[in-house]
Amino acid sequence: MAIDYAEKIPNNVHLADDRKLQRALEHWQPHFLDWWKDLGPEGFQERDVYLRTATSVDAKGWATYGHVKMPDYRWGIFLADPTPDRRIGFGDHMGEPAWQEVPGEHRATLRRLIVTQGDTEPASVEQQRRLGQSCPSLYDLRNLFQVNVEEGRHLWAMVYLLHAHFGRDGREEAEELLARHSGDVNNPRILGTFNEPIDDWLSFFCFTYFTDRDGKYQLLSLAESGFDPLSRTCRFMLTEEAHHMFVGETGLGRVVQRACEVMNELGTDDPLKVRAAGAIDLPTIQKYVNFWFSSAIDLFGAESSSNAANYFAAGLKGRPDEESFEDHLCTDATFALEQPREDGLGVLTEEIPMRNAMNAVTRNAYIKDCGIGVVRWNRAIRKAGIDFEIKLPSERFRRNIGVWAGFHFDPDGKPHSQTEWDEKLYDWVPSHEDREFVKSLMVQVVEPGKMAGWIAPPPRGINNQPVDYDYVRL
Amino acid sequence: MTHANLVTFDRHPDSYQHWKLSFDGPVATLALDVREDGGIRPDYKLKLNSYDLGVDIELSDALQRLRFEHPEVRCLVVTSLKERMFCSGANIYMLGTSPHAWKVNFCKFTNETRNGIEDMGANSGIRSIAACNGATAGGGYELALACDEIALIDDRSSSVSLPEVPLLGVLPGTGGLTRVVDKRKVRRDLADVFCTMEEGVRGQRAKDWKLVDHVIPPSDFAEKVKARAAELAALSDRPIDAKGIELTPLEREIGDSGYRYKHVEVQLDAPRRTVTITVRGPESGPADLDGIRAAGVDWWPLALARELDDAILMLRHNNADYGLWVLKTEGEIEQVLASDALMLANRDDWFVRETVNYLRRTLRRLDVSSRSLFVSVDPGSCFAGTLLELALAADRSFMLDDQETPENSPSVAPGEVNFGLFTMSNGLSRLEERFNGDAAAIAAVEESVGRSLGPAEALELGLVTFTPDDIDWEDEIRMAIEERIAMSPDALTGMEASLRFGGQETMETKIFGRLTAWQNWVFSRPNAVGDKGALRVYGTGTAPQFDWERV
Repeated sequence: MAIDYAEKIPNNVHLADDRKLQRALEHWQPHFLDWWKDLGPEGFQERDVYLRTATSVDAKGWATYGHVKMPDYRWGIFLADPTPDRRIGFGDHMGEPAWQEVPGEHRATLRRLIVTQGDTEPASVEQQRRLGQSCPSLYDLRNLFQVNVEEGRHLWAMVYLLHAHFGRDGREEAEELLARHSGDVNNPRILGTFNEPIDDWLSFFCFTYFTDRDGKYQLLSLAESGFDPLSRTCRFMLTEEAHHMFVGETGLGRVVQRACEVMNELGTDDPLKVRAAGAIDLPTIQKYVNFWFSSAIDLFGAESSSNAANYFAAGLKGRPDEESFEDHLCTDATFALEQPREDGLGVLTEEIPMRNAMNAVTRNAYIKDCGIGVVRWNRAIRKAGIDFEIKLPSERFRRNIGVWAGFHFDPDGKPHSQTEWDEKLYDWVPSHEDREFVKSLMVQVVEPGKMAGWIAPPPRGINNQPVDYDYVRL
Repeated sequence: MTHANLVTFDRHPDSYQHWKLSFDGPVATLALDVREDGGIRPDYKLKLNSYDLGVDIELSDALQRLRFEHPEVRCLVVTSLKERMFCSGANIYMLGTSPHAWKVNFCKFTNETRNGIEDMGANSGIRSIAACNGATAGGGYELALACDEIALIDDRSSSVSLPEVPLLGVLPGTGGLTRVVDKRKVRRDLADVFCTMEEGVRGQRAKDWKLVDHVIPPSDFAEKVKARAAELAALSDRPIDAKGIELTPLEREIGDSGYRYKHVEVQLDAPRRTVTITVRGPESGPADLDGIRAAGVDWWPLALARELDDAILMLRHNNADYGLWVLKTEGEIEQVLASDALMLANRDDWFVRETVNYLRRTLRRLDVSSRSLFVSVDPGSCFAGTLLELALAADRSFMLDDQETPENSPSVAPGEVNFGLFTMSNGLSRLEERFNGDAAAIAAVEESVGRSLGPAEALELGLVTFTPDDIDWEDEIRMAIEERIAMSPDALTGMEASLRFGGQETMETKIFGRLTAWQNWVFSRPNAVGDKGALRVYGTGTAPQFDWERV
């Protein structure tokens, strides 16, 4: 089969000259397409969608727009341009030349990091596959598909690393990435939260805001890796990830804005009246924020982690923006780790070695980043003259991993007994009824320029197109 | 002696911290659910279903209760209550912070417990299946290896692994390497790959490589394990409706000078770092099987096994610097032989069989204890039959030959039980072992069965080492003890273990031999426990630094 690789698979990894990589991809690519057709977005595979495609890594090529059927999307393989004479920037190998090949002693660890990251990409496509049936507008539908195809490309990026650097094991792992399926009890995705379906758009916006942002911070950490191909791959992925954050932040912002509009139209702050008018009330939005934030921070792993320490020591995974830190060795530094008292009714602080605290360091940067959108939403609420503030819950709230797991702290970080917790949980996270209500609003709107009643229109369209552009041709 | 800090082995299912024991007809399930803050010492957390000595003591207790209290149990399922985690093995921080002797004692005990699981399948009619419902790493896999069958969940991520070499720079400490090749018959090149890969092997490949017997998807896992457990249960010869024998709490007094049980007394002689263990023979015992059952936990052979077992463990874990144990007995030879005869006549009964199994395991525990074992055959002693095994287990024995009043001289009496009932871990009786398979010497002892043998005859038959006369007796014993306790404890441990296990090897002897040789050597080397050793720096984010010289 003669494939014009440059045309079919845009790349900057010399695919046309790399027989080994071609053979691996020739085997994998048909499986990927089958997977996309079976488990990708349901019902829109034959539609033309206005999508951004990366055709090169420079300013001109990384965002080329045009209508395309998703199965014909040109999933490319791109690494950010190499940094000349790049050195390892942290850990025990600090200052040594970055590795262009996988060091044998770290092969298994690197493979696991790449597979774990890679597994989340197709998982989210699977989780979101039915959302098209209930999109609030063509604009949002297009954004969903943009996110989906880019998650697909990120899968390609990880598969490229597995194919190019990990031999037979890597090829097997690449196949496994397509064989595991979100929510399949016999064959689940690696991380638990990626097995929960996302079946309403408020959850989708929360996912892109909170969960994808975890992805961003993982990519930032891996972009520091001493394994240069991984670093370069992640650096390019980050340029695309920004759009996913955008979808989340503006999506939630528009839901908030719509709630404010309805409150002002009706002159009420009664959530039930807001609901009756077909919008999502602010307290319910707060519950979704509580739910998704708390599950997202579990993804960073335990606050005190020997794995994280080993990754840092070995130069495999650094801190986001490692350059901004002064101490890149962290051999003597400590981290003041807050944790619950044994009785769960108080909090104490313990100094732990900094290397073991890398998950907490990364998570703290993430939490700060999460706050930026919250400030914007609250500004809009204030501007509407409404007295309500959306807050990120305490990091102690509803944790299943790390030092807070197994204890009962509320969104303000106050401890509770099991009984109080059971009584109050659904004051803090969406109840079954809340979810059913949100789902009841999810009715497909596909007339160009029209919006569902629970979300405000975006201020502008994509790539300077108008909001009522036919982003998806039905 | 601060008694509060003693390691003790008394447990009860009502107060287990780490295991949940449940029953479904003939199938018992032991589910591991380790309490992180429940370590036997406070300076580490038992994360990820990792274990320490305390977790294993509970396991050992649970197995004993299945044997004695639950004759209806015919199959044991070992599994975990943690999600996606079967067991991650011995706690690494516990190992990293423990003194060498603690690690060695810990490993020895866990090995004995795992051998006990195999013993249950071979001799008790309780086959076992490890239901590995999540990641099964290191000691977790070794626990699974001790079971008769291993079922691994195929959820695309759970693997079995022995990551000790690549991750920790030590060896699997509970027979993992030996069982992978000797028991599981994994091809040795594949075993080499398996034992050097941190992440282990999962799914069909784990089965293809013979690392597990069954790989089962999550949706069928519980059901398939249950079905297989029922099949294994059907193979058992245990009784259907027998009544169990409750293992009531052991009566034991702890004092500054030692431990006192009903039939066993342990006296500590601090200046001489020597322990005297005195075992009392039975008084009049039951006459038949009904009497044995009525006596239950107080039946002398069972009481003896429990007390001696506990004494050995207490001494091993709490009195490491007492390097010499002097074993003595008190009682009537006839009563011991009568008890043995009743035991042999009813050895097909499940309870008697369990008691014999327990005595055999306890005697093996004595064999592998890293202490010098002397036996002193005094007047009024009863080294007969079962108790003669103590004399045969000893490194050397002294028997008084009272020239002045010969009728004062003690006797010893071989019995039928000494010819194969209580095999050592190498599969030989202590007599076969003692005489290195010399058939004539063994036959000569066999001919003496039924008679009490005085010092001269015992010496002639090779059953005792020395028979000092009444003039020399005290001085001989004193000098032998003083000479012994002055020698290097390490050299003695190695020497004794080498001499005690002559003749053939079995998987069990290999496991103990390699533990004491290879594993303990690696455990004490700077590459493992030096400041930059792999075990010491694990989890700190510092790479180990090795001395690359191959030794």
